[in-house]
Amino acid sequence: MTPARTSRSILPGFGLSMGFTLAYLGLIVLVPLSAAFLRAAGMSTHDFVAAVASPRVIAAYRLSFGASLAAGGVNMVFGLVVAWVLVRYPFPGRRIIDALVDLPFALPTAVAGIALTSLYSAHGWVGRWLAPLGLQVAFTWTGVFVALTFIGLPFVVRTVQPVLQELEPEIEEAASTLGANRWQAVTRILLPELAPSLLTGFALAFARALGEYGSVVFISGNMPMRTEIVPLLIITKLEQYDYRGATAIAVVMLVSSFILLLLINLLQKWSRRYHAI
Amino acid sequence: MQPRATRDPAWARWLLTAVALMFLLFFLVLPLAVVFSQALEKGVGHYLATIREPNALEAIKLTLLTVAIVVPANVAFGVAAAWAIAKFKFPGKSVLTTLIDLPFAVSPVIAGLIYVLVFGAHGWFGPWLIAHDLKVIFAVPGIVLATAFVTCPFVARELIPLMQAQGTDEESSAVTLGANGWQTFLRVTLPNIKWGLFYGVILCNARAMGEFGAVSVVSGHIRGVTNTMPLHVEILYNEYNIAGAFAVASLLALLALATLVLKSVVEWRQAGVP
Repeated sequence: MTPARTSRSILPGFGLSMGFTLAYLGLIVLVPLSAAFLRAAGMSTHDFVAAVASPRVIAAYRLSFGASLAAGGVNMVFGLVVAWVLVRYPFPGRRIIDALVDLPFALPTAVAGIALTSLYSAHGWVGRWLAPLGLQVAFTWTGVFVALTFIGLPFVVRTVQPVLQELEPEIEEAASTLGANRWQAVTRILLPELAPSLLTGFALAFARALGEYGSVVFISGNMPMRTEIVPLLIITKLEQYDYRGATAIAVVMLVSSFILLLLINLLQKWSRRYHAI
Repeated sequence: MQPRATRDPAWARWLLTAVALMFLLFFLVLPLAVVFSQALEKGVGHYLATIREPNALEAIKLTLLTVAIVVPANVAFGVAAAWAIAKFKFPGKSVLTTLIDLPFAVSPVIAGLIYVLVFGAHGWFGPWLIAHDLKVIFAVPGIVLATAFVTCPFVARELIPLMQAQGTDEESSAVTLGANGWQTFLRVTLPNIKWGLFYGVILCNARAMGEFGAVSVVSGHIRGVTNTMPLHVEILYNEYNIAGAFAVASLLALLALATLVLKSVVEWRQAGVP
């Protein structure tokens, strides 16, 4: 590493760039974030538990975690199919479809929210066909799930797609030569190869869904105990000037997100090592 | 032609393609189509009237103002962070990289909340701000800060891996030949990272214009004063002015489509697709 060391030392600007980075990150991100933890630390244990474990809050956790898990699961299955089709099967308009997959990243969440509500309400383009079947989407659990599926859609596709692209066809050929049929090659060779990236995509979609607000509030109907997600509950508490209650719930969500972030980092390390071999 | 071993039977190809396209139809294409269809439901006249209405224009102006502050700030942050992380060795580098990604793990609503805790009437600096007649929360500075929080990783996370992959050889040569720091950055580094930088900027811009949760907490929804475009969409929608809400929403949807087009152009360029 000696050459790198010498070449590194002659470049200027470390003090300036590092100083600016730390100052900006500190002022914009770290100091405000620490406010939530310091505020919560100032609460008594009894108050904190009362704020984060009331029945209404528990119902919101169940909805947020449950619907996010379900949406992440659906995205894992369909995201794999979409990535597979985009990588393996040439069809007309493939590049346009490929570009469109990122729409949930680019479309403002409020726009997604009202569009999905309009689409899946009882008079909407899709909802009117579901209503006679007794399936109500808007203003129910299913609505929350639909919105979270929308915003999580790109994650699995975008984590699986590059891995699928770089997969050597030789391993499938070897499987075939050794007598495996196509189904065996897919389930025993390909899926295990893709597992780390599938899980990473799932975790990213799940993490995003947990904190999502804009696309959900329009379609969920926001009924306490039934279709009230955790971020909405935080806003409700704020509007009632219950800052301590809002902060306590926020801290629970922040800790969950940070644990997820850690897991995602480990998953990404695992998948990198997996593919380095 | 694919080799035989990696080729699936025709029925499987058709079935999987159909499943994938149906999924994307219901979750991507129809939501996008419904925005434009609803926006024009009451005719072009109503559409244009909604967009030209003073409160809508104020919302558009505020959104553009926010973006004009937040995007350059985050570009400066992203370039500085990438320069420090990619060109130098120091302890705690991976911790710093993780911290830069942190805002992506935080719910937008919580991003708004923490600024209320710092600058709100009952926050750390609340009494001081009130004493000096300054307003951050329920005012433009709060909107700018919350948006900056939510979008600060975009440019940095695009540039860090790119600049790491490029190494320091070219910059070192420039410095050895007598260039100063700014010359090295502007003439050597910048041409190498311009597409990555552009990519980060368009993603940052799209998110900054469309941010809803964080801004919704700190804005106070004062019409014509602290309403951004997404908040204006919400207000119109809650007033049952559905066509109006979708008219403003369609502007944001066009922005999203433009973002996707630019993003794809950059990606195809980099992948060498003609």
